[in-house]
Formats: sequence, C-alpha cells, structure tokens
Amino acid sequence: MEFSRVFELIIAASLINNFVFTRFLGLCIFFGVSRKMETAVGMSITFTGVMMISAALSWLIFTFVMVPLDITFLKIIVFIGVVAGFVQASDTIMRKISPGLYYKLGIYLALISTNCIILAVPLINAGERYSFIESLAFALGSGLGFALALVIMASIREKLELADVPEPFKGLPIAFIATGLIALAFAGFSGLITI
Amino acid sequence: MMVQAEAPKYLDLIKNGIFRENTIFRLALSLCPSIAVTNNLRNGVLMGAAVLFVQVMVNITISLMKDFIHPRIRLPIFMLVISGWVTVTDMTMAAFTPEAYKQMGLYIQLIVAFASILARAEMFASKNTVMPSMFDGIGMGLGFLFALTIISFFRELLGKGSLWGLQIINAKPLLIMILPAGGFFAVGILMGFFNWLGMKYEKKSH
Repeated sequence: MEFSRVFELIIAASLINNFVFTRFLGLCIFFGVSRKMETAVGMSITFTGVMMISAALSWLIFTFVMVPLDITFLKIIVFIGVVAGFVQASDTIMRKISPGLYYKLGIYLALISTNCIILAVPLINAGERYSFIESLAFALGSGLGFALALVIMASIREKLELADVPEPFKGLPIAFIATGLIALAFAGFSGLITI
Repeated sequence: MMVQAEAPKYLDLIKNGIFRENTIFRLALSLCPSIAVTNNLRNGVLMGAAVLFVQVMVNITISLMKDFIHPRIRLPIFMLVISGWVTVTDMTMAAFTPEAYKQMGLYIQLIVAFASILARAEMFASKNTVMPSMFDGIGMGLGFLFALTIISFFRELLGKGSLWGLQIINAKPLLIMILPAGGFFAVGILMGFFNWLGMKYEKKSH
C-alpha cells in the first residue's frame, strides 16, 4: 500500500471533504461540544479513537462476513450494531481499566453512538470498497478533520460568548452562521487533491 | 393521587411537532441532513417525506411492541426497528427515485442515527398506544418536512433561481446558497427568525 494513497485519503477526509464543513455530518455533537476548548479537545481524542476502531471492526465484518454471505444490504443495521456494541464495550472497559481516563472522556462516548459521522465512515468505506488500510486512513482523516473543526469552532465560540449578538440569534443561530463562514473557507480546499 | 394521563388530542400532537417542538428549528436535532440535502427543493421534500415515513412507521411499530420489550434492552431494540425501516425506505427510494437517491443516498441511510426518531420512540411511542403514537410521528415528521421544505425553498430559489427544477428567476443567482456554506447560513438565519417569532409570540401572550 503506497504511502501517498494513505496520505491522499487523510487529506481528503480531513480537509477537502471535511465531514463537518463539507458533508454536514456530526453537527449535533459539533454544536454541542464546541462551546469550550476543553470539551472540544476531549471529544476529538475520543472520537478519533472510536472512529478508527469502529471502522476497522466494520470493515472486518463487512469483508469477511457480509460480502461472502451476500447480505450487504443489511450494512446499515450491522454497522449501527457494531458501533453501539463497541461504544458500550469501551464504556465498560474504560471504567474498569482506567477510571481517570473514563472520568475525563467517558461522557463523550455516549454522545458518539448516535453520531452521523460514526456511521457514515463505515458506510462510505463499504460503498467505495476501500481496502483495510484505506479504510483506516479514511477514518483517521475523518477524526482529524472533526478535531480541526471542533477546535476552530471552540475558539470562535468562546469569543462569540462575549460579543454583542442580537437576541434571536444568540446561541445556535449565530453558531450556524459562523460555521457557514468557516465552511466558505474550507471550500477553498476543493480541488487540492483529486482522489 | 395517580391519574392516568389522557392521551393528547391528535391535532395538538401534530401542531406540537410542527411548531413548538419542531425538530430542526427548536430542538436543533438531526441537523446533518437538513443542510446536506436542501440545496434544491426536490431533494429537501423527498428527504422530509422519507423521515416522515420512517418516523411514523417506527412509532407505530414500537407502540405495538411496547408491552413485549424488556426495559433493559429497549434501546438496541429501538435501533433495530429504526434501522429496519430506514433500510426499507433506502431501498424504496433507490428503486423509485434513483436520481435523487444518487445525490443523497448516504444521508437517507443516516436517518438511522437521528436522535429525534430515537428520542420520540423512547419518550412517546413506548409509553402510548398506537393511534396517539402514529399522530405524534406524523406531527414530528411533518415538522421536519416543513423545516426542510422552507430551507430548500430558499436555497434553491436564491441559489439557482429555480424551484423543483423550474426556472423562475432569470437574474444571476446567489451561488453561495447551494454551497455547504449557504446551507449553514440559511439554517442559522431561519433559526434566528423562528426564535424571533417565538419571542414575539411569548410577549403577546403575557
């Protein structure tokens, strides 16, 4: 597997087709968690980790179980099951093994399970029939892109809290408009690399 | 004194879903597809219709099953029911509306992750009988359809000067509206507008 292919996929998933700014996924969590830098960073770490492992697990199940049995049409149900199961498992494991870590990152786990991105990445991997390494690269890129989005948004929102926003727009509406501006900037990345 | 709560009137349920607890504008849930597929009216309406269908069928199914579901495993069961109906919708759309499906297939599949459908199943369908649950589903679904229709109406009109593919305005369009950024702007502005409406309404009733 060429390194350049992996690199391409990471750049594509994180910048060109950034999951938040270009694909509009993970918005609920995005807006919920991006208020403070602290929560943004915590969520980014948890998310990237869960993303990569879920992508790996989903790929394994898809390739070795679903394709041979020709039940790929069940991928929605199966992938959701994989994610939910994995999140539940890591919740329990984290609690036992590292309570300190669980204390810091545990809350984000529950939020992740109904995250659009978590489901989208395995679905895209399956649809494009990426190889194992490609799927992992794509997952890593999506995690990095999400982290980037969260951190940018958090730094803006911390400032927005102090700005003089008109009453109807306070909170979410102005966050949406700010996100729109960032999305405009990210649109500049399109065409950077053609996959 | 424990009083059996009367199942809410059906019309109220529908009005609630459209206005007071409108999924997108008030609860700010399930936003992902709202921006993704609303760059033209046809896709927005189809997506809204898909969500309406899934919401209603899920509510009915869960309500019929509620006495057989063990409380501990109810969330996985809900997810299973939702994924089932989403798969049905996904396949139906792929067959009957292939063009739209090509553009938004991924987002249809993501309906499965909608917090709003899961929340409705948990909060309403699992505790009420079939008829109220069905109307609650219709209400929330209509609210979602309504929101998507408004968003895509503006985005297509301003961004391309057309509606459902029919050219209406012939001046140079505001291209940004059909780009992702425009989607964010549209939702943000509409949300602010609905907040403003809500505030005015509250002031009037005081």
